[in-house]
Amino acid sequence: MTLGYISKRLFHLALIMFGVSVVVFLMLRMIPGDPAQLLLGEFASPEELARLREQLGLNQSLFTQFWIYISNIVQGDMGHSVRTNAPVTGEIWVRLIATLELSLAAMCIATVFGIAAGVMSAVKQHSLWDYGAMFMALVGVSMPIFWLGLMLIYLFAVKFPLLPMMGRISLGLEVPDVTGLMMVDAVVAGNWQSFVSALKHLLLPAFTLATIPMAIVARITRSAMLEVLNMDYVRTARAKGMTELVVIFRHALRNAFLPVVTVLGLNLGLLLGGAVLTETIFSWPGLGRYVVDSLSGRDYAAVQGCILVFALLMAVINLAVDLIYVVLDPRIRVNE
Amino acid sequence: MSKLDMFTDLRKSVSALTGLVLITLIVLVALFGPWIAPADPLIPSPLIRLQGPSAQHLFGTDSLGRDMLSRVIYGARISLMIGIISVTISLVPGTILGLLSGYFGKRIDSIIMRCMDMLLAFPAILLAIFITAILEPSLTNTMVAVGIVYIPHYARIVRSSVLSLKGMLFVEAISHLGGGHLRILLKHILPNCLPPIIVYATLGMGTAVLQAAALGFLGLGAQPPSPEWGAMLSEGRQYIQLAPHVAAFPGAAILILVLGFNLFGDGLRDVLDPSLRSQ
Amino acid sequence: MEPILQIRNLTTRFTTKRGDLTAVDGVNLHINPGETLGVVGESGCGKSVTALSILQLLPRPIARIAGGSILFKGQNLVTAPLPVIRDIRGNQISMIFQEPMTSLNPVYTVGFQIMEPLRKHRSMKKAAARQEAAGLLDLVGIPEPRSRLDDYPHQLSGGMRQRVMIAMALACRPDLMIADEPTTALDVTIQAQILELMKQLQKEIGMAVMLITHDLGVVAETCHRVVVMYAGKMVESADVNVLFSCPAHPYTRGLFDSLPKRGCTGPLPTIRGAVPSLLNLPPGCAFQDRCDAASARCRQTPPWQEVAEGHGVRCWHPLEVSP
Repeated sequence: MTLGYISKRLFHLALIMFGVSVVVFLMLRMIPGDPAQLLLGEFASPEELARLREQLGLNQSLFTQFWIYISNIVQGDMGHSVRTNAPVTGEIWVRLIATLELSLAAMCIATVFGIAAGVMSAVKQHSLWDYGAMFMALVGVSMPIFWLGLMLIYLFAVKFPLLPMMGRISLGLEVPDVTGLMMVDAVVAGNWQSFVSALKHLLLPAFTLATIPMAIVARITRSAMLEVLNMDYVRTARAKGMTELVVIFRHALRNAFLPVVTVLGLNLGLLLGGAVLTETIFSWPGLGRYVVDSLSGRDYAAVQGCILVFALLMAVINLAVDLIYVVLDPRIRVNE
Repeated sequence: MSKLDMFTDLRKSVSALTGLVLITLIVLVALFGPWIAPADPLIPSPLIRLQGPSAQHLFGTDSLGRDMLSRVIYGARISLMIGIISVTISLVPGTILGLLSGYFGKRIDSIIMRCMDMLLAFPAILLAIFITAILEPSLTNTMVAVGIVYIPHYARIVRSSVLSLKGMLFVEAISHLGGGHLRILLKHILPNCLPPIIVYATLGMGTAVLQAAALGFLGLGAQPPSPEWGAMLSEGRQYIQLAPHVAAFPGAAILILVLGFNLFGDGLRDVLDPSLRSQ
Repeated sequence: MEPILQIRNLTTRFTTKRGDLTAVDGVNLHINPGETLGVVGESGCGKSVTALSILQLLPRPIARIAGGSILFKGQNLVTAPLPVIRDIRGNQISMIFQEPMTSLNPVYTVGFQIMEPLRKHRSMKKAAARQEAAGLLDLVGIPEPRSRLDDYPHQLSGGMRQRVMIAMALACRPDLMIADEPTTALDVTIQAQILELMKQLQKEIGMAVMLITHDLGVVAETCHRVVVMYAGKMVESADVNVLFSCPAHPYTRGLFDSLPKRGCTGPLPTIRGAVPSLLNLPPGCAFQDRCDAASARCRQTPPWQEVAEGHGVRCWHPLEVSP
């Protein structure tokens, strides 16, 4: 892998982000009405409206407007929220971290359990476990997670009050804001009580969000493992006297990772989309809930910012997936 | 026949058959809804609010005292309609774009595919949310939004099968014989692309139902008092502590319908298009 | 001399979509220490399955050993528990395969893969194993062995990969190496190099080799004794010189006749017909439909008989053997 490859990919990423900004720009101008009015809300004073019109260049050509819009974004200025009057960039940042905490937890759960289930199914192909796990995986893929979340809340927070219903941490507990990741901050501060509380708050939403990716990972892992287990090099490993555990995990699974990573990358949209629903159900103060709230509050500056950030996230994670791919497969690494 | 094979075949047919049974069940419920529903799904009865399941109201009643069973039954009609219409909205333009892109290649291909990439750069549900928000939340706009979001998926699938077909001898032979583009596309290429399209559309029905319900849940889809399953869940959410059944039944209905489409689609794929199996 | 490997009456069955078949049917053979035994036959005759049966590497669950015994240094491998087999695999008996392209794991360096059996069976530390692996690569004639250790399989040519496979098989100085068509996938010049290498290494290490091939030329050059298989059964067994000078089974004779000979022009004779499907073999001798000497008697299974000292054949009408 060379620097040239990375820079090529970064250029590609920039291109996509540019396209996305164009789409968002055009969409906001497609909504009937005055963009300044849209961005400032219905209670804006005429002076404020005039000032924003001037700022956005709304009296000038569409091209000038686009230029102003793009240069603002590049400088990290995505306007002010109508509801809080704070800069959108800052508001998004705080929530982005919360979303990342949730998504990372979900990703870990999905990968660990999904791969474990898939490997077991492949190794014990045609067994009762295999059929059971694959049926559960199909149920998982079909799951309306907003319903699953509600049912989990009912079961674990109402019927058997083991876990909290919503939020990130219990009232009255606080952690210093270092990384923004609640559990990490609690550890950094050495605050055990806060850590447990944050963990308990994370469990239900993380499992809810993990359901669909977990099911997908299990299915892909199974089919990839079935293919890999028939490979000659797996037989070679057995012929060397390796134990079955080493054969499966070192020799087979390592090769099966490639398709799993690819499919995970392809289904990123599903994860981020799932975050919107999960955060709404569990009142998780993340980006997904923020975008829904902004839409119902007609806070278009915030909506615009969220969409750009989501698209950027998708693009960045896709790039990361490709880089992981390169690390996993030496054939790509050297040929690049 | 050996034991091993029987299991494989059994599993295949079991999955496809189970899916078919689930879908048929819900289609029947939707068709005969007015005859089997015990009550009107829209008329409130303030005296029997939020009652749990009982002999009189099998699924209980909601916050306005409406019979949940009847609402779930009427919801089946809405969800099936959403599935069919959204899939059509993505299928038709997606297929046309894919055919053009794969068949003509070059400039047309790269323009179409770059636009599709742009749509794919957003998480699906976010794009749908955005579109419905621009168009005003409603059931119709939900279907339009979910439809638009999945156009690129069909375009890509059709394009890749056109590309593999185009290399085959018979297409070349026909074009040498002087067949017109339209004729070749519609008579020779399209029919050969059908298996993956059918498989994907079946699975797509499930996805569309799920996404539309999610929009309804977020309050951006069908609006109350419509008995759309997602919207019903959104109402049920407020009473999750008092009356979990209000959320439980519509959600279970969504799961069953989507599972039906996925089971059936999986079975179809194994039969129609083994090349897609690894996905 | 006590044989190092003694296979008695080995029967291996497969379960397939169209029914059960017997891929190896009552094979008896032995290998002496330091000896090279060739196992010859067309594809599907059961020679590879015999080899896989020895190390219990048959594809599960479709294949299973249905009967017989495989004695290795007095231990029956058919009934031995898996941990015991694992201690033997790659340690006392090692194996190399036909496809050097796919037999090495693409995501690990060749060094890592050669070191694996050393660390497992010899409990070597990483540094020692690496040292040993470099020595092995040197032994199999790979130039600059130290830097090759960090190469991935796709960076090596087919011949180099087969050398790596051999190095891996030799790592623990086994008593027996099973080579399943080790040169079939390689270019002719490389084939010769690899065979030469195997011969030379065998002398150096003093191990026995079971060489499975369909190539009689390879057999003539490398083997001491030969076993010929047809449709899952052993049809002839003899010293290599005896077999080449006076084959007793019509099938063996057919194989020799179909080899190109120096100074001969004109069409090569072939064995008429095709190998019968293992799913519906004719009763009696499996070769009868293709055999010129066949008679009504061939509908009964011919017994194994010794036509000379150390020269056995399974045929009702063995060809004349000059003493």
